[in-house]
Amino acid sequence: MKNSLQREVPVGFKPFVSPTAFQKKPRIMIPEKNTNHQIVFFESLEAMFKEMGISDGMTLSFHHHLRNGDEVLNQTAKVVEKMGLKNLHFAPSSIFPNNACLSSLIKNKNITSITTNYLNGDVAKTISQGYLENLLIMETHGGRARSIEAGELAIDFAILATPAVDCMGNGTGSLGKNACGALGYAIPDLKFSKKVILVTDTVVDKIDNPEFPHSYVDAVVVLPSIGEQKGIVSGTTKITTDPVGLKIARDAAKLLHELGMIKTGFSMQTGAGGTSLAVADFVKKQMLAQNIVGSFASGGITAYYVQMLKLGLFEKLYDVQCFDLEAVTSYRDNDHHFAMSSSEYGNPMEPNPIVNNLDFVILGATEIDLDFNVNVTTDSNNWLIGGSGGHSDTAHGAKVTIITTNLIKSRMPIIKERVTTCTTPGEDVDVLVTERGIAINPKRQDLLAQLRNSRLNIKPIDELLTLCYQITSKPQVVVHDKKIIGVVKYRDGTIIDSLYQVKK
Amino acid sequence: MKIGVAGTLESSDVMITVREADALKITIESIVFAYFSEQIHNTILSTLREMNITNVHVLCQDKGALDYVIKARLKTAIERMKQHA
Amino acid sequence: MRRSLLFIPGNNPAMLQNADVFESDGLILDLEDAVHINEKDSARMLVSHYLESKQTHSLEMIVRINGLDTPYFQKDLQAVVCQQLDTIMLPKAKVKDVLDLSKMLDEIEQTKQISKEIKIIPIIELAQSVLEVNELARFPRVNGILLGAEDLSTDLEIERTKPGLEIIYPRFCVIYACKAQKIDAIDTPFTDTKDEQGLSKDCETAKMFGMNAKTAIHPNQVSIINDVFSPSEKNIAWAKRVIEAKKKAEASGLAVFSLDGKMIDKPIIDRAINILKKAEKFQLL
Repeated sequence: MKNSLQREVPVGFKPFVSPTAFQKKPRIMIPEKNTNHQIVFFESLEAMFKEMGISDGMTLSFHHHLRNGDEVLNQTAKVVEKMGLKNLHFAPSSIFPNNACLSSLIKNKNITSITTNYLNGDVAKTISQGYLENLLIMETHGGRARSIEAGELAIDFAILATPAVDCMGNGTGSLGKNACGALGYAIPDLKFSKKVILVTDTVVDKIDNPEFPHSYVDAVVVLPSIGEQKGIVSGTTKITTDPVGLKIARDAAKLLHELGMIKTGFSMQTGAGGTSLAVADFVKKQMLAQNIVGSFASGGITAYYVQMLKLGLFEKLYDVQCFDLEAVTSYRDNDHHFAMSSSEYGNPMEPNPIVNNLDFVILGATEIDLDFNVNVTTDSNNWLIGGSGGHSDTAHGAKVTIITTNLIKSRMPIIKERVTTCTTPGEDVDVLVTERGIAINPKRQDLLAQLRNSRLNIKPIDELLTLCYQITSKPQVVVHDKKIIGVVKYRDGTIIDSLYQVKK
Repeated sequence: MKIGVAGTLESSDVMITVREADALKITIESIVFAYFSEQIHNTILSTLREMNITNVHVLCQDKGALDYVIKARLKTAIERMKQHA
Repeated sequence: MRRSLLFIPGNNPAMLQNADVFESDGLILDLEDAVHINEKDSARMLVSHYLESKQTHSLEMIVRINGLDTPYFQKDLQAVVCQQLDTIMLPKAKVKDVLDLSKMLDEIEQTKQISKEIKIIPIIELAQSVLEVNELARFPRVNGILLGAEDLSTDLEIERTKPGLEIIYPRFCVIYACKAQKIDAIDTPFTDTKDEQGLSKDCETAKMFGMNAKTAIHPNQVSIINDVFSPSEKNIAWAKRVIEAKKKAEASGLAVFSLDGKMIDKPIIDRAINILKKAEKFQLL
């Protein structure tokens, strides 16, 4: 079956209709969890598994707040392997290169289903090659919250890495030797899973204002270490030094200036990539020069935004995830640095998710097509290299959505006639900024009118594509494998595209 | 045996190795093989034709080089091969 | 009429590919210092093919060949002189070198049937060149002169500094020689690519002395150089008003008129015209 974007939808799934279709749907919520028994403490995951009765076929969920330094997912995988459990559904909110050990569990059918919002590294390769028994399900950050609260992603055990726990079973991300700050992605799991297990390496006396109140918790596992705090930081959370990226960022900032978007009380979010952060840096310079104070910045928070908060350039930060250790410290100490759950962040069924209040968002793309559909899930050869994360959520909510990317990467044009995989629908994408020109979605006649007299290099997107071909020559048409190995779920649970096995 | 090498394995470059041989053979390894193998092949063929060269083995290790880069590196490799003692 | 010229190593395909996006007025494709001896052949072939890959280039295409005291310059010229080339930049240029180069270009232009006259930018990198700069500026093909202070400091056996007190004299020599011939005085590069404030200051100093342009050795330097050496918004607005007032005065049969309480006569009108000419060239209107 084909959906409204002419993309394949496997049997048994609902097809994507439009980014606003969710507005007509009722919000479904299963009852919130309440634990009214004494919380049990365990000294090993294996002991917890046996006592709590984790068995074949169950759904286990995890968050990814320790990012590439997480050990809880890996340790759990090792226990599953040791106990020989089979046909499990793993639902980590993201999978990173350091989770490579999952590959063997996938190949040996310990894990036969995976639901996640983002994945790269060895596990992504394994799934791209078709080893996962059932279809991979990719959600957005906001969509996963919706799925969980609606009971669609039914979690048997939420196994939540928790930097610090107290004797009552309250948990927090602010304290502990591996403090990770915000725990936004874990909140839906906390509230709506059948059983909630906190996994920690630090027990403290008393936690005030826990992100994980004990009333949701069934058990705590205390390990020597839940991971490596340093692993939170990754290469992509630094401003780019590539001159082409900087030129793109400079032009994006000029565009924002010409659209009058940098004004008192404005709000913004940038993706974690180097070019997006460079845009934030140019915006910061404009704000300082003109004494402008914004209302909030949101998203995954980095040291750059913490600095802007300290300089008084924003009134608030809304943080769903800390990307570095400065953000972790600020989250703990600064009253204006707020937590937001993934639901408050981008769940389309929330009355007023943060994304709906964004004036603009700067995002990346691996591909964009002539309809402005964006791919951030696969590369042009169908290899899984990422996932929406908050891409589709912010693109829909923000007043202006700007994609910043090189036009050509290693001879490959970023613009395609049709994206290999559709992650975010073109209807929600407004501007493309590249080093050789800026394209505005024709649906935004208002932006085109405002930029009528601009000195920026604004061209129709098909002209940019022609320009690409003049430089690279036209790429051959490649016929991809037709075997579907997964689906891309839009925020409302409908399928916006399918994922295909890579060619052998 | 006469050999000429030109170019590098850096991004957007191509390393071309040419070797005197009895017949023409072109081997292409490219990070964008699926999309540009034909174009790369044609560029190499037409450049060899231009230079009137037929009896070479050409090894093309491509990192996303544009046509004019492939042509330039190939020509340099051939010149170096000719001068090879 | 230039503001910024960006150096690009001639043997680097990745940099060549993106060289034109940085909005410099010209590119200097370097076959000299940026290319290892063993790669001179590779570089000139690559630059030659880069030039010929497009019908026209929107930026000035300059090639810095190897000096006439090297074994490479002949092959450099044979490879890069083509219809798409605008200018040859000549290192360690002395009068005799520019004379010889002009003759060589005469020959090659005819042999290759090139319909334009390829220009020369001599680089002042030797004490002798400083002394000869007036003569260098008079050559018909020379439409700009670049000060190469790094190599010049070596020739002078002095230390090169950011404040640049030691190069005030050669800077002025280049400026006067160029202004007398109404050609571009191009300033020496600022070598600390991480110091944006330092670059800005150096540009302001050079501009104040009379330089029209500066070379960039890193793409990130281009926008700062363009900003300093472009007529400012304020100056453009003023120039427009001067021309407006001039038109009104002419309509009333007046040759001299005043604006903002100041008398406006020919030198000031000429300055305004010059500003608007530059503004148009750099698409600032």
